[in-house]
Amino acid sequence: MTETAVIEGRAAALAIDNLDTDQIMPKQFLRGIDKSGLDKGLLYDLRFDENGRPKPDCVLNRPDYADVSILISGSNFGCGSSREHAVWGLLEFGIRAVVASSFAEIFYSNAVNNRLMLVTLPQDKIARALADAADPNRNHVSIDVATLRFRSASVDAPFALSARHRRMFLEGLDVIGMTLTYRQQIGAFAERHWSEQPWLRDVAARTYQRLHSP
Amino acid sequence: MTARTLYRRLVDSHTVAVLDEQNVLLFCDLHLMNEYTSPQAFAGLHERGLEVPVPGQNMAVVSHIIPTAAVTPRVIGDPASALQARTLEANCARHGISLFDANDPLQGIEHVVAPEHGMVRPGMVVICGDSHTTTHGALGALGFGIGTTELEHVLATQTLAYPVARDMRIGIDGALPEGTTVKDLILMVLGTIGAEGARGYVVEFTGPAIAALSVESRLTLCNMTLEAGARGALIAPDQTTIGYVLERAPDITGDTRDLALAHWATLRSDADAQFDVEHRFEAGSVVPHVSWGTSPDQVMPINGRVPRPDQQDDEATRQATRRALGYTRLSPGAPIEGIPVQHVFIGSCTNARIEDLRAASDVVRGRTVARGVRAMVVPGSGAVRRQAEAEGLDRLFTDAGFEWRKPGCSMCLAMNDDVVGAGERCASTTNRNFEGRQGRGSVTHLMSPPMAAAAAITGTISDVRRLQRRPTLTPGSQS
Repeated sequence: MTETAVIEGRAAALAIDNLDTDQIMPKQFLRGIDKSGLDKGLLYDLRFDENGRPKPDCVLNRPDYADVSILISGSNFGCGSSREHAVWGLLEFGIRAVVASSFAEIFYSNAVNNRLMLVTLPQDKIARALADAADPNRNHVSIDVATLRFRSASVDAPFALSARHRRMFLEGLDVIGMTLTYRQQIGAFAERHWSEQPWLRDVAARTYQRLHSP
Repeated sequence: MTARTLYRRLVDSHTVAVLDEQNVLLFCDLHLMNEYTSPQAFAGLHERGLEVPVPGQNMAVVSHIIPTAAVTPRVIGDPASALQARTLEANCARHGISLFDANDPLQGIEHVVAPEHGMVRPGMVVICGDSHTTTHGALGALGFGIGTTELEHVLATQTLAYPVARDMRIGIDGALPEGTTVKDLILMVLGTIGAEGARGYVVEFTGPAIAALSVESRLTLCNMTLEAGARGALIAPDQTTIGYVLERAPDITGDTRDLALAHWATLRSDADAQFDVEHRFEAGSVVPHVSWGTSPDQVMPINGRVPRPDQQDDEATRQATRRALGYTRLSPGAPIEGIPVQHVFIGSCTNARIEDLRAASDVVRGRTVARGVRAMVVPGSGAVRRQAEAEGLDRLFTDAGFEWRKPGCSMCLAMNDDVVGAGERCASTTNRNFEGRQGRGSVTHLMSPPMAAAAAITGTISDVRRLQRRPTLTPGSQS
């Protein structure tokens, strides 16, 4: 438990609000049938020019940020498309936590399901954390998931995380496995639901068959 | 019993078990899938050695990667995309899931196909690995997007571990003026409440302007509400909804019909139900809107001027405006009307239904696409395409110089070969104007189908009200 309870490392600042999942993982990297190779696509248009050359001004290309593992960003991080590829790409790139003033909801669920740590801090603290991260001599950050505390050079702040999400992060809960223990209840629920609303049972299959019957 | 909102009713009626004070195990009636967010979920399912317990509640389409060239049979040339389509086919065959494949005459975008054939019914929970699943709230169903891990969870259990959202009500008074559509209304709402104005909430739309909307307009409204960060968008079923559904669901007859009507009559918020947040808007003040920036809340009336960062109140807004204008290459203070476009795209799960195409065709009829503009119409589904052809809309569009293409998501997100070039500008009926959304370096201007049609004819962002032939009947109209 202690091994994963604290995330420590170098942070980089991406001072952008509404950083959407189209930007985090552009369309051309969504054509796979597995999760591999997404580190290449991460924030592609920010990191590379139109000829595929790394942009020297992008913080993620700087040699002194080569070992970055934490991103600090603005509000509504991860808005837009539901593509979980955005979360897979961040993890494959080596990012273990994102710190922002707010996160889009589907992105939040996707992150939780992959043990990518998300820390929400008030805007004034984000502003200071962004300034810390922008200075390579002051950008060490630690996130203690056991005590729910964020620390950077000039910020020492608590953050909130639901008990469920904390357990999912610390213990790597198998959510599908847990739900499978409700199998009987789900079956009983479905039978009752369909007896009350018989027009819902097999609605996809029955509609498809009606449309495709000769 | 305490008063409940429609949203809470839908959650309560689908709760298999309460997991903790925030989360319930939610039963899902209809799961829609596509080729690009599902393969890793099926792979996970297979690794666990699990089956799909109720395949009849699941359906799939090939939508995002498919080229829209008007050829038969349709061929997916890109090898990786073709593999996604083949993988979806194999996964659906293995588990007995209905698939509208690339050459199915009814193939199309999931959020167009499911409602148009009566698959979405009031009171359902509808989920899909696509954020715009909020669309289905138009029929009084709780629809929302999920990620691929959750998709695997649904395939394995037909349920989701679901954090319950908060309640927001947006009341829309008055009536939309001639020359405007529900797209203009939702763009105005987004501009007011912002890109995270409904984050954490399920929004219920109410009021006379909503009651007057067709189901297709409601689908557009609920689709686009996601762009405010909403976890769902709902409109309580009324006679309009019921008529639409019954017409498309021939299995609901006799006693079942009576049972259904009685159940659907309960799908509303109690008069004294409490909403955490309430907004009110006046539909009569809506004018045609377009986006100027790189977030769907960066919108303006067509007769307005591009915002000046130096006149904005706070530093965050100033920075966001500067960044957006740097990308969209618009001058602060300049009129938005008259900006030249190189592309016009009429399509997407937001605006590719038959009423959208009819509304655009009314503007196009007897006119031609401006020189230097590539304009395309991509119907939302095979059924929409066929209906439009039966009405002669295909000829009307092609005679004017539009491309009449096959269904798919197409240029909304440019996962196929329908891409806007770097430095080019697109008048688009889609839902997102993010940087690079329609192609690296491309600029998207969101607008309604009639507004996009007007841009095609004039070659510039234009006020469609100047092109409309019918005299305006709205008293007190300024235009």
